Amino acid sequence: MRRGRFFLLLTLTALGFSPSAFAETLGDAAKGAAVFKAQCSQCHTIGVGAKNQIGPQLNGLYGRRAGSVDGVTYSKSMIRMGNDGMTWTIERLDAYIENPKALVSGTRMNYRGLADPQQRGDLMAFLRGYSDQPQNIPESEPTALRTAPDLAPEILGIKGDAEYGEYLSAECTTCHQKDGSADGIPSITNWPEPDFVAAMHAYKVRLRPHPVMQMMAGRLSNEEIAALAAYYAVIEN
Amino acid sequence: MRLNRRLFLGTLTASVTAPMVMAQSRPRVVVVGGGAGGATVARYLAKDSDGTLDIVLIEPSRTYYTCFFSNLYLGGFRTFESLGHTYGKLASEYGINVVHDYAVGVDRDAKTVALASGGSLPYDRLVLSPGIDFVEGSVPGWSIASQNAMPHAYKGGSQTQLLHAQLTAMPEGGTFAMVAPPNPYRCPPGPYERISMVAHHLKNNNPTAKILLIDPKEKFSKQGLFEEGWGKHFAGMITRIGPDMGAGAIEVRPDTMEIVVDGEVEKVDVCNVIPAQRAGNIAALAGVTTEGGWAPVHPDSMASKADENIYVLGDSSAQGDMPKSGFSANSQAKVAANHIRGALTGSRVFPAKYSNTCWSLITTDDGVKVGASYEPTAEKIASVESFVSQTGEDAALRKTTYEESIGWYSGITADMFG
Repeated sequence: MRRGRFFLLLTLTALGFSPSAFAETLGDAAKGAAVFKAQCSQCHTIGVGAKNQIGPQLNGLYGRRAGSVDGVTYSKSMIRMGNDGMTWTIERLDAYIENPKALVSGTRMNYRGLADPQQRGDLMAFLRGYSDQPQNIPESEPTALRTAPDLAPEILGIKGDAEYGEYLSAECTTCHQKDGSADGIPSITNWPEPDFVAAMHAYKVRLRPHPVMQMMAGRLSNEEIAALAAYYAVIEN
Repeated sequence: MRLNRRLFLGTLTASVTAPMVMAQSRPRVVVVGGGAGGATVARYLAKDSDGTLDIVLIEPSRTYYTCFFSNLYLGGFRTFESLGHTYGKLASEYGINVVHDYAVGVDRDAKTVALASGGSLPYDRLVLSPGIDFVEGSVPGWSIASQNAMPHAYKGGSQTQLLHAQLTAMPEGGTFAMVAPPNPYRCPPGPYERISMVAHHLKNNNPTAKILLIDPKEKFSKQGLFEEGWGKHFAGMITRIGPDMGAGAIEVRPDTMEIVVDGEVEKVDVCNVIPAQRAGNIAALAGVTTEGGWAPVHPDSMASKADENIYVLGDSSAQGDMPKSGFSANSQAKVAANHIRGALTGSRVFPAKYSNTCWSLITTDDGVKVGASYEPTAEKIASVESFVSQTGEDAALRKTTYEESIGWYSGITADMFG
């Protein structure tokens, strides 16, 4: 169900919604408060007396390590991202709110994403008011190449060459087992293609933190990522 | 009986209608060495060619004990059995003809490989992936004849067990010495991970023991990470003697368990001598190595520069920037398999991409890694991008890194042996 919705979002993007426009300047915190109330407050609290609900409380979010709030049940994916060194920067938060699974494949946050960059900017401005040292908020990683995954419609629309993908997959199988075993290293078998593509692009632009994956994805072209996604979507164990 | 007759008739018919095809049966690829390079290339060739290629794998061991992760056995993190792998699946599921024998010669004109048992095997393409052998005389006083007194433990199997036995039997407060190899050698962080694992064992079982590391190199792989870990976990236990202290000109005396450094005689209890290395001997016998002892290859295919019908993988190859590691050999094997299959069956040949990552364990849940991606240039396989773990990383990341290495071991051994 969640995967289905995610696919719908990408399809909408492909049909002409603004792709991944990054909220470069933070927006209006007052408007952000309304966005928070409408979009987030069912599961998250913020401000004086905020407690973990379905999701973690969001005071001091900026600069916080992903998956690090005591007493919250996180997905394995989120914990791995945190252990790999992912902290919440504006850039990562922007990508996560826009499309949670592009950043953290297995996230438990059952939210389809917020496509409007202005609304995201407003929301992040609102959240920023609840971090201890707003002046120290990390704007982006020093190694960042670009600001957000480039998931333009023409990239999502590439039809992958599965035979080439099979050849390229030989680089993956040194660590990721084809049969889907996930012992210390996650399974990448039988993912829907859009999830696979989004995840690889997030590594490629270093939004996702893992150094091996950043390196592997970093040299793959858009066509090669599509080829891998096409192959992994259909392989039989 | 009837089946034989039918086959015979079939052969006759075929020979009339298609004599060229029958003059030679399926193209044959002979692979020498069943490790990270050889087992992988054999498996990928068999898997991807759907029976159109005849794959023969020559490997003397019936059970292959990986050299990678053998340090973790020394440290007590793995059982010896967990390092062992057999070739049954490659034979039964992939149809590879696994020959447990030694290759003892290559006739490049006749395109045949001679076996120790006396037979010989013709090939269309030959892949040599024999790992390393040692340079005789590189550590004065040491030879293969003394490897029981002073094990190298730098090929997996019985040597690993021997060093483990000597380590666990060390007298209280004794000295463990290692003579580290000069560059280039298999597994650049390997000697230093081994020092870490030995220290881990001694700290828990023999805490007054000392470790003496005699190293002819100025610098070594992941040095900052190892030295940070040694200081933090094993303070005062490890002494490193570098080239400035005479490590470049030493002598060992296996009969008396002594090491002579800069004229001073040190009595030790265990001495792990890792000599200078060269390509596995069959590469030299095939005439594809150069004076330095390694086999130069074309960066885009791993084909030997001396003979286009021979490919050299892994430790034995001289290819450029990639370290000699199981991960590298496995990566190179896939490029070679794609290239060989293209040459013999006309299948699509894709651009070469290579990569490597080496994980090392310093102590419990304290894993580090280094890695890079590579691509072929006109001269060599060149590094494109690299990364290395940082000093001062927190415990959660180090634990995740260690768990990842366990996942990698499962992944690469499944990729090699099916």
